[in-house]
Amino acid sequence: MINIKRRQLIKTGMAGSVVLLAAAWLAAPVDDYPAPLSTMRLDFLQAADGQIIRSLAPVMLGIAGLPLDDVVQGVDRAITKLLPAVQQELRQLFDLLANRWARWWLAGVRSPWAMAQAGELSQFLQRWQNSSLLLLRSAYQALRALINAAWFGNPASWGALGYQQPPQIMGLLP
Amino acid sequence: MTLPDPIAQGVAAGWRVLDGAAQTQDLQLTCDVLIIGTGAGGGMTAEVLASAGLDVMMVEEGALRTSRDFRLLEAKAYPELYQEAASRKTADKAITILQGRTVGGSTTVNWTSAFRTPPDTLAWWGERYGLQGLNSQAMAPWFDMAEQRLGIADWLADPNPNNSVLERGCQALGLKHGRIRRNVRGCWNLGYCGMGCATNAKQSMLVTTIPGALEHKASLLSRARVERLLLAADGKSVQGATGRLLKADDHSPSARQFNIKARHVVLAAGAIGTPAILLRSGLGDAHVGKRTFLHPVSICGAVMPQRIEPYNGAPQTVYSDHFMHTQPLDGPLGYKLEVPPVHPLLMGVTLPGFGQHMATLMQQLPNLHVMLALLRDGFHPDSLGGQVRLRADGSPELDYPLNDVLWDGVRRSWLTMAELQFAAGARQVQVIHEQAALQSRWKAAREMIGQLALKPLLARLVSAHVMGGAAMSSRPEDGVVDEYGRHWALRNLSVIDGSVFPTSLGANPQLSIYAFALRAAHQLCAALKA
Repeated sequence: MINIKRRQLIKTGMAGSVVLLAAAWLAAPVDDYPAPLSTMRLDFLQAADGQIIRSLAPVMLGIAGLPLDDVVQGVDRAITKLLPAVQQELRQLFDLLANRWARWWLAGVRSPWAMAQAGELSQFLQRWQNSSLLLLRSAYQALRALINAAWFGNPASWGALGYQQPPQIMGLLP
Repeated sequence: MTLPDPIAQGVAAGWRVLDGAAQTQDLQLTCDVLIIGTGAGGGMTAEVLASAGLDVMMVEEGALRTSRDFRLLEAKAYPELYQEAASRKTADKAITILQGRTVGGSTTVNWTSAFRTPPDTLAWWGERYGLQGLNSQAMAPWFDMAEQRLGIADWLADPNPNNSVLERGCQALGLKHGRIRRNVRGCWNLGYCGMGCATNAKQSMLVTTIPGALEHKASLLSRARVERLLLAADGKSVQGATGRLLKADDHSPSARQFNIKARHVVLAAGAIGTPAILLRSGLGDAHVGKRTFLHPVSICGAVMPQRIEPYNGAPQTVYSDHFMHTQPLDGPLGYKLEVPPVHPLLMGVTLPGFGQHMATLMQQLPNLHVMLALLRDGFHPDSLGGQVRLRADGSPELDYPLNDVLWDGVRRSWLTMAELQFAAGARQVQVIHEQAALQSRWKAAREMIGQLALKPLLARLVSAHVMGGAAMSSRPEDGVVDEYGRHWALRNLSVIDGSVFPTSLGANPQLSIYAFALRAAHQLCAALKA
């Protein structure tokens, strides 16, 4: 029933706020593919959110062999410093993506996040990046900013960029 | 050798400094003058008043961080020193706003560029807003005083290779350009001003006027969020302010409150924070929060054939105002050209696109050049800026709708920047827009720029200059405060920060805020001592 309503909503190309309203109906997550147990201490992200980040980060960054735990941890840390109002929006976004119907109909990703192939994920990102709905573009940008900040804020990423801090001062810092 | 930390030394020597996160009880305090915010406006005002013997208390929402905390790390600096961890955005999320949130405010993290208010802007305020007393001649002594206090002078070292690209491009195309003056003393030329100055060379409020005020027995309460002003029963004056102390994470409210009684209150919380406090206090008259300007910034990237290490060296030393002066002030938006320092995190979140394309660009970081165009908003009849409003939880949000006149400026500025970068020898150029591709020839770039869709969150726009929202006016019905920042209705309340400007400035605002703050603070001091 909810499924049919969602399809109709999306087809009408409605304003962004309606999508959020729909997201709120779905907020009680219908379990997706079981998320892996993690020993990581996370303050904001739930296990299912962590899986979404793990699946998207290599595609978003175009980098294989990322230390995914670090990226998830970095995203979590970044979100804890945001305003409660912004955290609430991100909660809705992650709940939406963790819901199997929303993943299917709104993101266009058929496989559970843990099993989705790079091509499918890349198409999803591209669709939201260029969506005619401001809300989906902003959701894409939120994911993009979080993953990029988490990775490029990590000194482990710098070697590949040829970046280093100025050596004349680093030894003098506390 | 270790680097000295004069702030830590002062605190150890007995400065009156309270950390909100360390309080175990509610605070009830009194003072002559309460200053809310410690950035360019608050810092300047605090030193003037405290030196004159007034009992001054400064309140700051951010934490007291000093050079020993500044480690040249973006992942540490942005959450600790910036509003909303450097991800503050306009309501539709189309413009990212960088603003400081620490003792010293934006002056602790700005890139040191010091420009006087352009004379044509001051003349415009005289003509359009009746503020004739603020002309270049009348303001000159205040600029002189600010420049002396903060070591603002010509920067004599060569521009770094990043700034040299802008200079070379201007030379090749015959565009007027100049060198940027900086507020530094003994600068190490590192390039990390945006993460807090680890050597205390930058003459921010953190190392100049705030210590100056503390030496004169002023006090400072950090990690304290002002919620609202306390109004007298008759509603005709303010009695102080009240708010919540924050926990050691700098963000969440603790169980503790504070109440500060004062003879006079100065709002210096910046052009988003100040209107928000007025609105939460029920003082939102017709002008509060309206006409908030940003100098919206469009961006263009380039791959240079040589290594330029855009993260190394004084961040901003070359500018061009050529496109400020080639059209009328109130015509199509003029723009100022500058370059930003480029560091990995900021670059990662700024470049458009994702995946392999972006990874390849990031790997060329030492060769990347980025140019900025700061659009002068608030003069064209259709450039009305944005409006600060409150969310349900009381936090402020700036609604800044993007319209045709702004998009027209964005497109023209992209064309200018791409042409300039090619003229300076760029191998490839990419406008910072989600649907733009790297171009190897100016002609192809020009065609592509002409076709890019001008929509929020396709074009990436940023801003570090928030101005307006509690504007000066010559008559009470036209603005929030008079030319000295005195609130028109509540005469023991002043606004002394970037919110008083009736339009944007057309130049990086730090020196303008210093000069206007000095002028307002000296007037206030005389009045309070009388």
